[in-house]
Amino acid sequence: MIRAAAGLASGALFGGGILVSGMINPERVLGFLDVTGRWDPTLAFVMAGAVLISALGYLLSKRMPQPFLDSRFHFPDRKSIDPPLVVGAVIFGIGWGLVGLCPGPALAGLGSLNISVFIFVGAMLAGMVGWRVFDRS
Amino acid sequence: MVEDFDPLNGFIGGLMIGGGALLLLICTGRIAGISGIIGNLFANARDAGWRLAFMVGLVATPFVWLSVAGDPYPVQITDSLPLLVTGGLLVGFGTRMGSGCTSGHGVCGLGRASPRSVTAVLIFIGVAMLTVYLMPLVTGAFQ
Repeated sequence: MIRAAAGLASGALFGGGILVSGMINPERVLGFLDVTGRWDPTLAFVMAGAVLISALGYLLSKRMPQPFLDSRFHFPDRKSIDPPLVVGAVIFGIGWGLVGLCPGPALAGLGSLNISVFIFVGAMLAGMVGWRVFDRS
Repeated sequence: MVEDFDPLNGFIGGLMIGGGALLLLICTGRIAGISGIIGNLFANARDAGWRLAFMVGLVATPFVWLSVAGDPYPVQITDSLPLLVTGGLLVGFGTRMGSGCTSGHGVCGLGRASPRSVTAVLIFIGVAMLTVYLMPLVTGAFQ
């Protein structure tokens, strides 16, 4: 129960940040990606702020024997740069460039009740299920 | 039209996003990667609770904010159905295949200086920029 509360608080902060930063608006994200057009570097400042605090969190975790609500930290085990990482990033990049939405802002954007965001999220979930099916076959 | 370059709100919002990632990490020991959290939503009963709660927080904050404050943070998005569906499918498939998105590889992975994440971020940002560049050439009309 208390882990769910921590999840709720983290998600709320994360969603608020996506809103305040303007990244909830795909047009602004496309503005960052449009380097040869009217380039809007705002996204770089969002990433700078976010990575700064996330790095602080990582350094903090190194000094903690375990997280407050679990027996260990769950960092990814995989270290090698393998084909699925590269191909997956390429596929994701194409989709991101087409609409200007990645998973975080897409979910946060549901809060705007914009029908296009719901359609995008529906297709995104289908794509995730698609990967699961593809990965098992 | 989007209002122009907004580094201050961007940076403050970024600090909040990082704060969410920090809080989740030190409390539950988990990476705040959105595609991973959705993809594993019902992977096991023990973790379904915090994952679902994270999703609720992620959607509820903008919903409440926009309901109370009106629309100071607009969502401007294409209404082209083929574009939305194709984009969504590619984002869903690609982020699961590549083990992460802008949050898991971007915010969290870069914060750990993970070589896998640095590689993924450089690729997906580069490919997304190329896609935006090529779109008008392919469709003839950029929306």
